Amino acid sequence: MLSEEEKKEILKEVKQYPYPSAACIDALKIVQGHRGWVSDEAVKDIAQFLDISNEDVDGVATFYSRIYRKPVGRNVILLCDGVSCMILGYESIYEHISKKLQISYGQTTPDNRYTLLPISCLGDCDHAPSMMINNDHYNHLTLETADNIIDNYK
Amino acid sequence: MEKPLTQHINSLSIPLTLKEYQKVGGYAGVRKALKEMTPGEVTGMVKASNLLGRGGAGFPTGTKWSLVPMDQDQGAKYLVCNADEMEPGTFKDRYLLEGNPHQLIAGMIIAAYAIQAGTAYIFLRWAYKKAEAILRDAIAEAYEAGLLGKNILGTGYDLEMNIHSSAGRYICGEETALLNSLEGKRATPRTKPPFPAISGLFGRPTVVNNVETLCWISHIVENGTDWFKGLSLTETGGTKLFGVSGKVKRPGLWELPLGTTVREILEEHAGGMLEGHGFRGLLPGGASTDFLIEEHLDIEMDFQTVAKAGSRMGTGTMIILDDKTCPVAFLHNIERFFALESCGFCTPCREGLPWVEKILLAIESGNGRMEHLDILRFQTKYLAPGNTFCAHAPGAAEPLQSGLNYFHDDFVSHINKKKCPWKS
Repeated sequence: MLSEEEKKEILKEVKQYPYPSAACIDALKIVQGHRGWVSDEAVKDIAQFLDISNEDVDGVATFYSRIYRKPVGRNVILLCDGVSCMILGYESIYEHISKKLQISYGQTTPDNRYTLLPISCLGDCDHAPSMMINNDHYNHLTLETADNIIDNYK
Repeated sequence: MEKPLTQHINSLSIPLTLKEYQKVGGYAGVRKALKEMTPGEVTGMVKASNLLGRGGAGFPTGTKWSLVPMDQDQGAKYLVCNADEMEPGTFKDRYLLEGNPHQLIAGMIIAAYAIQAGTAYIFLRWAYKKAEAILRDAIAEAYEAGLLGKNILGTGYDLEMNIHSSAGRYICGEETALLNSLEGKRATPRTKPPFPAISGLFGRPTVVNNVETLCWISHIVENGTDWFKGLSLTETGGTKLFGVSGKVKRPGLWELPLGTTVREILEEHAGGMLEGHGFRGLLPGGASTDFLIEEHLDIEMDFQTVAKAGSRMGTGTMIILDDKTCPVAFLHNIERFFALESCGFCTPCREGLPWVEKILLAIESGNGRMEHLDILRFQTKYLAPGNTFCAHAPGAAEPLQSGLNYFHDDFVSHINKKKCPWKS
C-alpha cells in the first residue's frame, strides 16, 4: 500500500505531465525516498496507482541505476569510478573503504549502516577522487578524509 | 577578453538572485525577444549567429529550432533542456547550473518562445542535488516576477517550466532516450526520423538543447550575431567552457574563445603536468572522443579543427593521460563504463562492449594474446556508426581505435610481459 504522503507527492509530480504514467520514474523515486528501496509490492502499488502494468513499472525500475530493487543500508556510499577518479587513485580508496567496512561493491554492512556502490562519473573531475554519501558530495578524497567522512554517517 | 557565460559566476558559485541578475542586465534578452521580436525573428537570429550545440555533437541550434512546425493549428510543443551531464570527465554544465541558474532560465524562455512551446522541462542529472535546489529556487523567483507562467511580461505568451530529476543512466543524455525517460519509460533511443522537432515528447514537436547552448540565447538576442561571431578565434562563434582533469597542476574549468589551442588550455590554464608526470595523450571532449597526442597540441579547440585531427571536440572537457597511468587500464575503465551504460536495445552495443571490456581486462591482467588486438580492432569497425542504433557504441569505439593506434607498444608489452608494466 502506498502511504497517503507518498500518494500526495506522486500526484504533485503527475501534474507536470499530460498523463499519469509519465510520472513512473518520479513515483519510484518518491517511494524509494520513503522506504530506502523499491520492493515487488511497491512496484505493484505504483503500477496500480498510475494505471500501468506491473511489468512496465518493473522494467523501468530495473533499468535505472539509482532505483534500488534490493534493500540498502541507512547510508549509501557511492564511490566514483570514472576515468578521472581512476587517474587520481580511486582504486586505493575503494580498497581502503572495503577493508574498513568489510564489504565490497553491492554489499551492506551487517549492522545495516552502510551500503557500498560504484558510481559513474559524478562531474567532480577537477576535484577527483570523489564520492557521494546519500545526497552529499565529497572531493579530493584521501584515505584519511574518506575515513573521517564515512564515520560521520551513523 | 569577454566571458559572457561566466561573468556573473563568482568563485564560491553563490548564484545571483533574480533581482541581482536583473540589476546587471539579466533578462534583458527576454524582454527584447518577447516584446520586440516575432518567434521567427528569434530563430532567424540564432540561425544567423551560427551557434553550434555545446552538448558534444555541435549541431546548429537555429537549424534545429527551424524544423519545428510553426503553423496555426498547434497542440502542445515542448522545449527540453538536457542537463543530464554524465560524460566521464565532464563538469561544465554543472558549473553553469549552480553558478547562474537565471542565465539558463532566461535562455529557455526565449528558446521556448521561438518555437512557441507552452511547457519546458529541465532534465537534470539526479546526482546534481545542489543544482536542483538552486534551480527550484530560481524558477520559483521567475514565476513570482511574472517571467514564467501565464501572460509573461504582459505579452500574452504562457510558459510553464518543470524540473525532472533523473534516476541515473548515461544513455538519458541521448536526446531521444531522454524523451522516453521524460515519458516515464526505459531510456532506449528512438528511431530517427521522425526527428524530435516533428514528433518528440509525448508525440509532439520538441526541441532538446544542452545547458551551455541555452545559456547563450539571451546573450545573442541582446548583443547580436556579429558580437557573438567576434568572440571566437575561429569561424564558429562564441566562447566555450573548456575543462581539464587528470594529473595537471591546476585541474579546472575556463571560459575561453573557441579556437584556443589545446596547448594554451593545458599549459597556461591548467598549469601543465604535475611534477614528475609526463604527457602521453588526452581525450579532448569526454570519454567518447578519440585521443589526441603531443603532435596535436597546437590545434585549435573548435568543432571542425578537432575533427580534422581525427577526433571530436565533444564537451570540451579534456581528460589527460599521463605517463604514470597505464593506457590499457585507462581504456579498460572507459570501456567498462560504456559496457555498463549500454541500454541493451541493439545487439552490437549490448554484446560488443562487454566483449571489448573483457578483452581489455584480460590484457591488463596479464592474460592477453596478440590476436586480442585483432579482435579489438574488429570491434571498433563493428561498433562504428551505421552498425548500431544510436551513437553510444560508436562513441565508445573512438578512444579505443585511437588508443590501439597510439599506444600499440604498450598493448604489446602487456602481452609479452604477461603483466601490466605499470604494476610492480
